[in-house]
Amino acid sequence: MSEPILATHGLNKSFGALKATNDVSIDLMPREIHAIIGPNGAGKSTLIKQICGGLRPDSGRVVLCGQDVSGKTTQARARAGLGRTFQISDLCMEDTVLENAVLGAMGAEGVAWRFWRSALKTSVLLERAEAALDRVGLAEERNSRCANLSHGQRRQLEVAVALTLSPRAFIMDEPMAGLGAEGSKRLTGFLDGLREEAPILLVEHDMDAVFALADRISVLVYGKVIATGTADEIRSSQEVREAYLGDEI
Amino acid sequence: MSSILIIEQILNGLQFGVMLFLMAAGLTLIFGVMGLINLAHGSLYMVGAFAAAAVAGVTGSFFLGLIAALAAAALAGAIIEMVVIRRLYDAAHLDQVLATFALILIFSEGTRWIFGSFPLFLNIPEALSGPVSLPGGIEYPLYRLTLILIGMAVAGGLWLLIERTRIGIQIRAGENDREMIAALGVDISKLYTLVFALGAALAGLAGALVGAIQSVQVGMGEPVLILAFVVIVIGGIGSIRGAFIGALLVGLTDTLGGVFLPELFKLFMDTGAAQKSGSAIASMGIYILMGLVLIWRPTGLFGARA
Amino acid sequence: MTLDERYINGLVLIGLLALPLWALATDEPFTITLVTRAVILALAAVGLNLILGIGGMVSFGHAVFFGIGGYAMGILAYHAQTYTALDLGFFETDGTNSMPVIWLVAMIMSAIVAFFIGLLSLRTSGVYFIMITLAFGQMFFYFAISWAQYGGEDGLSIYVRNGFPGLNTLVPIQFFGICFALLCIVLFLFSRLQSSPFGLALNAARQTNARVETVGLNPMHLKLLAFVISGAITGLAGALFADLNRFVSPTMFSWQLSGELIVLIIIGGVGRLMGPVIGACVFVALEHFLGELTEFWHVYLGIILLCIVLFGRGGLIGLLTGKEGAHV
Repeated sequence: MSEPILATHGLNKSFGALKATNDVSIDLMPREIHAIIGPNGAGKSTLIKQICGGLRPDSGRVVLCGQDVSGKTTQARARAGLGRTFQISDLCMEDTVLENAVLGAMGAEGVAWRFWRSALKTSVLLERAEAALDRVGLAEERNSRCANLSHGQRRQLEVAVALTLSPRAFIMDEPMAGLGAEGSKRLTGFLDGLREEAPILLVEHDMDAVFALADRISVLVYGKVIATGTADEIRSSQEVREAYLGDEI
Repeated sequence: MSSILIIEQILNGLQFGVMLFLMAAGLTLIFGVMGLINLAHGSLYMVGAFAAAAVAGVTGSFFLGLIAALAAAALAGAIIEMVVIRRLYDAAHLDQVLATFALILIFSEGTRWIFGSFPLFLNIPEALSGPVSLPGGIEYPLYRLTLILIGMAVAGGLWLLIERTRIGIQIRAGENDREMIAALGVDISKLYTLVFALGAALAGLAGALVGAIQSVQVGMGEPVLILAFVVIVIGGIGSIRGAFIGALLVGLTDTLGGVFLPELFKLFMDTGAAQKSGSAIASMGIYILMGLVLIWRPTGLFGARA
Repeated sequence: MTLDERYINGLVLIGLLALPLWALATDEPFTITLVTRAVILALAAVGLNLILGIGGMVSFGHAVFFGIGGYAMGILAYHAQTYTALDLGFFETDGTNSMPVIWLVAMIMSAIVAFFIGLLSLRTSGVYFIMITLAFGQMFFYFAISWAQYGGEDGLSIYVRNGFPGLNTLVPIQFFGICFALLCIVLFLFSRLQSSPFGLALNAARQTNARVETVGLNPMHLKLLAFVISGAITGLAGALFADLNRFVSPTMFSWQLSGELIVLIIIGGVGRLMGPVIGACVFVALEHFLGELTEFWHVYLGIILLCIVLFGRGGLIGLLTGKEGAHV
């Protein structure tokens, strides 16, 4: 059996009396899409932040490709291979699509500390950025200001920026949010192909997408993983039904 | 160095501190409730001092001067809130800084226009002049002691206002969620004007009270304003309690540092050099204090964690 | 009517060069001095624009670096003119009258101080950052006042303008030439920096720290370096300003000056290459012409400023090109 690309071991995080993350141990295998679902307030965002480095867990470890990154900053984890997309698009709105993608390419190529040549005329950056834009279908919009993009295009750009990083694992926080049926369907197809490149830890509310994509699904309730399994296993799990529907059944 | 001198200096530090608190309380309240950084707060301090000096000069009554200071500063505050400031609540900090910087220019030069460049003088009222004997054989100016008491009383009053009254509840709610309290039917723009005028009145009061021991002149507000910034950075922006603790810390550090650092330096250098370097370092004392607090807690002693 | 920003930039530089030459031809040395003043203030504001316009850091204490540059010039020239030694403990010098040496010292000292102020201030952001930089400015102001060895409150007068190899700096147009050349060099460097990977990343950090972190860059390091470069540029301007007046005093550290530097940028256009230059020209012109009309010209400056903030976005360049400036 191969090693997981990404794993958490016993993550715990409390805010006062609230246990936002309760002994969460999940992993992400090569070529896998592992979805995290759960009702609102289940602690999904808190979990993502701990994996990506925005929030320090009270205890537990995060391991990326066999390397313990628990003590590292967000930017160090990004360099180690975490490609994250945000739930609410967090892009440089005043800049063009291409500039946003080039920013990602700079991180990946490690060339931010150059002061002379224009970033938009540096071929290694351009190639990487344009390849990513091409793949998500934003090549036409390369010179549009990000603020003028539609919601769906911003979601695409989020993914493109993560792509420029050539990450070892994607962490996607509700990439389908606000996309509409057609957009979700297209993105679902795209993400399905992306797994060849790097596995995806997917937090998502769109159940159609989750059931279509995920090899495994973990259900998070009150900060605790109550079940992990294939789509069918989750659908038939008594605990999951109780968590979502209460004990009416 | 006698213990009497030390106690005197501590009292001086307290007096300075509570006056800073009057400034800082308004600033921090305005920032906490409206999210606005108001550089023109120093101008309101100046307005208070000038109003007090002008009215006391005409009527001969310090008390009337004080009332005039409160009224003039509150009025000036309410006017600038309604004309300028309220357009800035949702603006970037840079815009707030610039607009209120512009207000300083207008207030300062306007005041110079009306009153001229020469300082005015505001006399300490007859009843409060002269020293008072404290236990332990300390003679301390009665007026300064009164300032300490007034400052403490205002601090207590503010605490009661914010913790125990309806307005206080609205103010605290406004800090958390503007839209929500507007939805609950509170007239938010009236509340903001009121908070701004209250902060302005406190600044005006400080200006009038301090004006009696310093000269009343254009530009008197800004050094105090910047000290008040140091206070709220130390105390944590938005926290009245932080402003109080911060103000006392700054007042004491500044006063005691100026007296004791040169003395301390005399232990290992000659008198002249100690005087020079001691006072030079002392002039930076509060900023060093601020730096240390920031290293320890970037959002101040009582600030919300970022 | 909208214009291409490049034409405006070119026109401004040509105008800035033509005006003193015209003044030279018509024998009006005061105009040359006035333009030199605008050029030096522009240089200081270009330094600030790097962090304010690109990096989004509202430093209300940039007079610190202006003052340090000024005092670097003052102290070195003072020791040279009094033939006294400046003993730093590890190093002793007789001071200097050479501008290039003074510039170097001014920039290095400013950069060092900027590093430490930046290190502390950048732990915070937003309003805290504004207040803290303001407070550091005031700290240097009071330190300069109590620094009796170098004139304290009264400052230091330098009797002869410092020299530059091959030029007579006492001739106004020659000194102007030096300042103008430095401004052009710094503007060129600024434009390179702005489009470089570093500039792009800094610009991104202004808009969203989180994004910059997620692509594996450290926004704090980017901002700190920008702060240091910015301090060095403003320090250089301070040394020139002191040489223009042949005088340094604690007012070079004053908070008003910090405020005015921000104002210059706003008038011209935040984050734009020539924003500070246009702003400085307008500011010096207002100061001169309004100052002739009334002693209380600051009232009008205040009113103009209020109007710019409340009604005009993007400064003068924004007005002319029809594009908004960077949001800070």
